[in-house]
Amino acid sequence: MAKSGKSPSLPDDRGHFDRYGGQYVPETLIPALDELELEYASARQDERFHDELKNLMSQFSGRPTPLYYAERISSELGFSIWLKREDLNHTGAHKINNCLGQIIIAMRMRKPRIIAETGAGQHGVATATVAARFGLDCVIFMGEEDIHRQSLNVFRMKLLGAEVRSVSSGSKTLKDATNEAIRDWVTNVENTYYLIGSTVGPHPYPMLVRDFQSVIGLETKQQFSHQSDQKLPNHLVACVGGGSNAMGLFTPFLDEPVSLIGVEAAGLGIESGQHAASLTKGDFGILHGAATTLLQDDDGQVILPHSISAGLDYPAVGPEHSFLKDTGRAVYHTATDVEAVDAFRWLSEKEGILPALESAHALAYLRSGKKDIKAGEHVVVCLSGRGDKDVETVEANMESV
Amino acid sequence: MSRLQTLFSSPKEKVIPFITAGYPHIDSTVDLALACAEAGADMIEIGIPFSDPLADGPVIQSSSQKALENGITVEKILQQVRKIRNSTDVPLVLMGYINPIFRLDCELFIDYCREVGVDGLIIPDLPFHEAGNFCELAKARDVSPILLVAPNTPGEQIKTISELSQELIYAVSILGITGNDLASKEALTEYLQRVRNYSITPFIVGFGIKSRDDVTWFNQFSDGAVVGSAIIERINGSASPETEVKVFIKMLKGE
Repeated sequence: MAKSGKSPSLPDDRGHFDRYGGQYVPETLIPALDELELEYASARQDERFHDELKNLMSQFSGRPTPLYYAERISSELGFSIWLKREDLNHTGAHKINNCLGQIIIAMRMRKPRIIAETGAGQHGVATATVAARFGLDCVIFMGEEDIHRQSLNVFRMKLLGAEVRSVSSGSKTLKDATNEAIRDWVTNVENTYYLIGSTVGPHPYPMLVRDFQSVIGLETKQQFSHQSDQKLPNHLVACVGGGSNAMGLFTPFLDEPVSLIGVEAAGLGIESGQHAASLTKGDFGILHGAATTLLQDDDGQVILPHSISAGLDYPAVGPEHSFLKDTGRAVYHTATDVEAVDAFRWLSEKEGILPALESAHALAYLRSGKKDIKAGEHVVVCLSGRGDKDVETVEANMESV
Repeated sequence: MSRLQTLFSSPKEKVIPFITAGYPHIDSTVDLALACAEAGADMIEIGIPFSDPLADGPVIQSSSQKALENGITVEKILQQVRKIRNSTDVPLVLMGYINPIFRLDCELFIDYCREVGVDGLIIPDLPFHEAGNFCELAKARDVSPILLVAPNTPGEQIKTISELSQELIYAVSILGITGNDLASKEALTEYLQRVRNYSITPFIVGFGIKSRDDVTWFNQFSDGAVVGSAIIERINGSASPETEVKVFIKMLKGE
């Protein structure tokens, strides 16, 4: 949270990161967004809020997560690789950090009903988890296609007491699950809290999610200076779908001399057109309430992305990433499906850690892009989630190799 | 006086049909709009399909998706509007999401609208706070920006929004999306009277308006009723959509 670090000066009071961000939503949602912003501002000033969040993060989720020196892959590549172990969080990914922060806000706002969108189901599971913990009604919107692909996560959400609502409109995936969640919110705005899962959507969500995920970077900063022989790492690397784990890692380092590297999903290859590399190949546009960088055709219709990793399979990206790319403060690379699967196996075999396929994209960059990293330098990689959920996908793709 | 000013200076009851451009066939737009005009529509709202229409319910969503599959584009819609304008003087407004408009370029889009005879623009995902620049561009070209207000928009904000719009605003009848069920008459009356008290411009009402009774009722408290999903439902699967729409609009007008 911003309390324990310098509060970033952006966004402005209507959520703009220069030309990105903002609130491109129906007027009906403006009072709800204003209310959320006010509540968040008051929570930030409230010691009890910080205490409650800190307590949940440690007792419920198991924070702080370790910063692990990955010795064998470091010696293979010739530079020092540190893994920020977000995979060791309760529910298996960084998603819970944001959910814990937002559920306390929802409780403060006395909203009895929680809704969320989910792609692969990781954010859906994290949301269902915190809703169960606080005894709130929970409805998760999930594309019909994704429900078929991720039946185990659907069952987990149901076990946690959530209703999983199948979305059969449009692409039947995350993009349309998000549309449907927004439509539900417009309709039930008075009693419903929309718990968005990444640094996307209308202001204040990109700021809120970034702030709640910043615990990743804050811990990393402290742990790195204690555990290594340098004060700061040279590079930070994180995968970028909507971009919440990357923003969480990057934010506390924005004013430090550390290079920030995001890795997008190149799917079947950037030139194939079958990818989810919004920053690399997209253009300025507006989706789900924010101005950002978007995969779209010449007529402004959104193009469906492709990635082997459902968590990166999103046609847009958080507005602050678009801003960081424009200013040059962060750079963005890509890794293909094949490279990600290879990196998944590589980390499993070399370090005894199964990474989420999302995180495997960040690891793949280390192998393909090491020309940007000099021998002896220190790199922190956000291992945003664990790979148990992906073993079937990986198995299927190994057979086809 | 502009077409909108002329229309809204008259106290008569107004029926405003909505059609999705490029639906059911890519070339249907012109014939359907002219059928609406012939049946006595007081103004026609033409929807620009978008891949992610987050203010729309299932009926308009699926018509938009079909229209996109038919190959409709913003440019084709503007050409269709030109044809409609050549045959009728009825006010024409476009309803579309902001991304395709940004993609083309706002200024270029508005210039084009003016040239082909579009009278106003309704953009459901461009709320007041983001609309300033767009409204100035539109007003400078005599295309009326028609901003929206909702049942939870505070009175003072309704006033500010109507001042920015200048000619006409659109009151969303419900907390919800197009095609949803209406709220109670009591809640609606209170809301519409609030809009009447605070808005400096006339206002039309839409979302969930389906029948002759609805049209009569809403016209008592506002300056016109928009009927959208109910029209698209009549078109769905119809062998002769123009006839269907004509009959329905006449019914809505009580003829």
